[in-house]
Amino acid sequence: MVQETPRVASLVLEMPDWPGHLAGQHVDVRVTAEDGYQAERSYSIASSPEDSRLAITVERLDDGEVSPYLVGELRIGDKVELRGPIGGYFVWRPADERPLLLVGGGSGVVPLMAMIRHRVAINSKTPTRLLYSSRSQDDIIYRAELERLAARADGLTVAHTLTRMQPAGWDGYARRIDLAMLSEVAWPRHEMPLTFVCGPTPLVESVASLMVDMGYDPPSIKTERFGPTGG
Amino acid sequence: MSFISRGFRGKRRDTASSSRLPPGQYIVTDYPVLSAGPTPRIPLNEWTFVIEGEIDKPRSWNWEEFRKLPTEQVTKDIHCVTKWSKFDTGWTGVSMDKILEGVETAAEYTVQFSYGGYTTNLPLEDLTGGKAWVVYEFDGQPLHPEHGGPARMLVPHLYFWKSAKWIRGIRLVNEDEPGFWETNGYHNYGDPWREQRYWGD
Repeated sequence: MVQETPRVASLVLEMPDWPGHLAGQHVDVRVTAEDGYQAERSYSIASSPEDSRLAITVERLDDGEVSPYLVGELRIGDKVELRGPIGGYFVWRPADERPLLLVGGGSGVVPLMAMIRHRVAINSKTPTRLLYSSRSQDDIIYRAELERLAARADGLTVAHTLTRMQPAGWDGYARRIDLAMLSEVAWPRHEMPLTFVCGPTPLVESVASLMVDMGYDPPSIKTERFGPTGG
Repeated sequence: MSFISRGFRGKRRDTASSSRLPPGQYIVTDYPVLSAGPTPRIPLNEWTFVIEGEIDKPRSWNWEEFRKLPTEQVTKDIHCVTKWSKFDTGWTGVSMDKILEGVETAAEYTVQFSYGGYTTNLPLEDLTGGKAWVVYEFDGQPLHPEHGGPARMLVPHLYFWKSAKWIRGIRLVNEDEPGFWETNGYHNYGDPWREQRYWGD
């Protein structure tokens, strides 16, 4: 269990017989109360396929049903029932040599992190840019790890934007992702990048539309949205 | 095999609603958006809807023609494979029975295809008999592009990915042709009451 931010924790799971996964896939987690009542939710896998243990990163939603349990109640040694890996669309396969643009909002960074970790684990040189929108510096998930990976200067760059609160001396962006920001961060169109966008629906809708307006080919923009509901 | 999750209580729902809720689903009151890729923008004067494939002559309608077809207002529960269900959603549109009226075809399967390239497959019998509509209003308002406007399919007895957004037409086919999610790990049929979410369910 790794507390990533005040609201977000990663669960690291020993998975006997895990069949392996692709970066970007998710799992379904099922929890069962003593009387047999069950609830299920989907969570993105955060770990690289190469990692020996499976990590999922969960944001606690105050009115959620499953996430407060996973983030607040679960203890080391507890068992978790899960199913997966699931999904064959929002996945990055390293054989695809297109430059990567990863755009994440909040916990939408999780499947993108699986891609970044996968890229590092296999020593891929795929040029990769992450544009990551958080509310404040304290809300940045994987902050130290991203800093460390970007410092390797192996083709990964990380740009943050903080939309609500910025610390003194902040030199990153300080607004919602907009056309000017994407124009600075995105790969030029002629490089034919592959783009993954994951986050709350308004962010995804806005970023994907802006990318289309900028002339990027719609099929090269893969999106995963999550609404305010969930668990 | 499930085991008890120590300390998990969950949010209970009343029994009246639980009989309407398929296994593994929970109720939402807002309307989450799930789509693969950017939202297509389709000007109404370029919109057409077509029935093609195993049919003597394809049928097509432009927006104006389509809006002259007899409409129905339906209220349905919808179930998304990502586990939310929304009760009593109100739609206005045209019944597939009306759209397919008089069509003679030997095809047993269909492929819904959309602006933006999305596809999803269904047996023809799941689109007829008062089970499917092409809808263009949600709660009395024009359907927002995020939710599939100008027009989307409504096939509420199956998981909602079987109701294509931004519908452009339906192809009648002799052989079943798995669509976008069906080739990406999701169940070929998608009955929420049998929890047919993924391959192997």
